[in-house]
Amino acid sequence: MTFRSAEIKAEDLPGGDGERYLLSGDWRGQTILSMLKEFQHLEQVRSRGRVEIDLSGIAGIDTAGAWLIRRLMTAKGEQGSEAVLIGGEGPIRELIGVLPEKAPAPPSDQGDKGTLFERLFAPTGKAMAELGSDFYAAMHILGSAVRGAQMKLGRGAGVSPASVVTHIDRMGVRAVPIIVLMSFLIGAIIAQQGAFQLRYFGAEIFVVDLVGILQLREIGVLLTAIMIAGRSGSAITAEIGSMKMREEIDALTVIGLNPVGVLIFPRLVALTVALPLLTIVANFAALTGAAVVAWAYSGITFDTYLSRLHEAIDHTSVASGMIKAPFMALSIGIVAAVEGMKVGGSAESLGQHVTTSVVKAIFVVILMDAVFAIFYSAIDF
Amino acid sequence: MEKGLEAVKQEGEVNADGRQVVLSVRDVTVGFGSQLVLDHLNLDVYRGEILGFVGASGTGKSVLMRTVLGLLPHRSGTIEILGVDYDNASEEERMLVDMRLGVLFQHGALFSALTVKENIQLPMREYLDLPQSLMDELAYLKVEMVGLSPDAADKYPSELSGGMIKRAALARALALDPDLVFLDEPTSGLDPIGAADFDALIAKLRDTLGLTVYMVTHDLDSLFSVCDRIAVLGQKRVLVEGTLEDMFACDDPWVQSYFRGKRARSVVAHEKQPTAEVEKT
Ligand SMILES: Nc1ncnc2c1ncn2[C@@H]1O[C@H](COP(=O)(O)OP(=O)(O)OP(=O)(O)O)[C@@H](O)[C@H]1O
Ligand SMILES: [Mg+2]
Repeated sequence: MTFRSAEIKAEDLPGGDGERYLLSGDWRGQTILSMLKEFQHLEQVRSRGRVEIDLSGIAGIDTAGAWLIRRLMTAKGEQGSEAVLIGGEGPIRELIGVLPEKAPAPPSDQGDKGTLFERLFAPTGKAMAELGSDFYAAMHILGSAVRGAQMKLGRGAGVSPASVVTHIDRMGVRAVPIIVLMSFLIGAIIAQQGAFQLRYFGAEIFVVDLVGILQLREIGVLLTAIMIAGRSGSAITAEIGSMKMREEIDALTVIGLNPVGVLIFPRLVALTVALPLLTIVANFAALTGAAVVAWAYSGITFDTYLSRLHEAIDHTSVASGMIKAPFMALSIGIVAAVEGMKVGGSAESLGQHVTTSVVKAIFVVILMDAVFAIFYSAIDF
Repeated sequence: MEKGLEAVKQEGEVNADGRQVVLSVRDVTVGFGSQLVLDHLNLDVYRGEILGFVGASGTGKSVLMRTVLGLLPHRSGTIEILGVDYDNASEEERMLVDMRLGVLFQHGALFSALTVKENIQLPMREYLDLPQSLMDELAYLKVEMVGLSPDAADKYPSELSGGMIKRAALARALALDPDLVFLDEPTSGLDPIGAADFDALIAKLRDTLGLTVYMVTHDLDSLFSVCDRIAVLGQKRVLVEGTLEDMFACDDPWVQSYFRGKRARSVVAHEKQPTAEVEKT
């Protein structure tokens, strides 16, 4: 369907004591743009005496067009002239008739902006307060987790094992391929770089010490945790957030179930179990990768590699890495759950909180790693 | 409006009584897996009418609406909207048709990240090239038209009540002054006074804008007060269509219990009362 563009023409009334506007074409949203400038000009120039708006040339109209005509009438009325409609079919006049004289006023934004000082420091204060409430929320969840999935009325001691197993499957078992691949490559890269540098000193064999200690103490658990923060932390936030959005969390509360117990606790348990196990898998994969590279680049045989590894690392190297895993798992889960609980009503806020959750979780994981490093060196572990 | 008729005529076949068909559904079958929801269904909607569509819960009223809108695939049959065969139309033809349709989904389907005003302006922005100030005025106009207060315009959907969501969704459906609007249970969840206002609003819009309305509803009041024609969905097809009299005359047990049940009788009695009083005086 093609529309003609809207047109407006002004001419003086025969007696000279007024004006007549001739409207023609289609007055629709799609067709009014071309004459909008002219229209606004006519609307603003002061006219004297009587103003006649001739509708008889109008082929079709919609609310946008009718609203312009209505606005014109109001404007002319305010300028002191009397505006009347002439011609035009019933429906057109009726449509113009039902529109209000003035556009309904948007609510005036009387929000107090505050002084410069306030505007400068209010966001900082808000951020601090938010940090505080985040901390409380995290402690609440952690506390609930320590006490177990406390149901209302002290019903049921724990959590359904089926749920925990499902989550272990989703967060742990299904992450194995990507963790293995990633760690294998990381081990290989560290070994290759190390071998090149150590070659200058003729100490290529020490690449085994390098990879073994670095991987077991730091890299293995750290990268696995970062991977899980991205993979499962985001999933937890999205799941809990979309349940929050659709009032499912409220429904749980009303039914008498504790959302922390039903939703968050199994995920925390699953993460705490899965992450250490994944770390072990990652360590094996990385050491294998390193062995392959050491053999290919430096001609270190597997036998030599293993015996050197045996000398280089002891149980403390393994333990110091593994101890960190459950703590990191807990903090990933808690950060993700807190962010999930903060999701508001919109899809946008869901996206925002998922992003925040991943960023915060990775940050917390790295921070914890640093704290552990200081701690270990202090106690000479 | 009359003048436009020449142009409009080619847009849909004109049936025997000279009424123009804006939506024609022929032989349409829709199913999910092995479950058949609609089986060789036929339906016509005429220009300028308000068609009330009723049927028990889960009979496929929403499915039919979604199929007509091209959101669900159908296994057989043809659907013609505003004279365009939607399945075989080019991208451009479809866009032209889409622009002339307004849809109110059963659950509102407002965009949660946008305020009510921005929701209404989204189709305007997409299809019309108007200055922001005029679009603002038009958005506030639509907000008022559907009976919301102006300060609701700057709220997000999650901050609205159920009834306000319905109204805001209607405002968005009407943003482009469509020729054909689909309303899926517009008055469910509204208070009776609000529902009556809503019905009056639909009737007024039909009269002033020349809308054609396809309204799925369970609200007997709406059926009795604003619908020109009623279609009943049952047994995977349209059981009966016609005026209220046709409904009363129909001998299908579901239709009978629907239109002659206790609730229907009380509504009918109530609707008839004023006229009876007029006759007396
Ligand atoms: N995406 C889907 N997948 C599978 N089945 C579906 C799907 N959508 C709808 N159905 C089924 O189609 C049938 C009709 O559903 P529909 O939503 O159209 O009901 P309705 O008539 O609109 O009911 P109500 O009045 O309660 O809104 C139901 O049996 C429903 O389970
Ligand atoms: Mg439905």
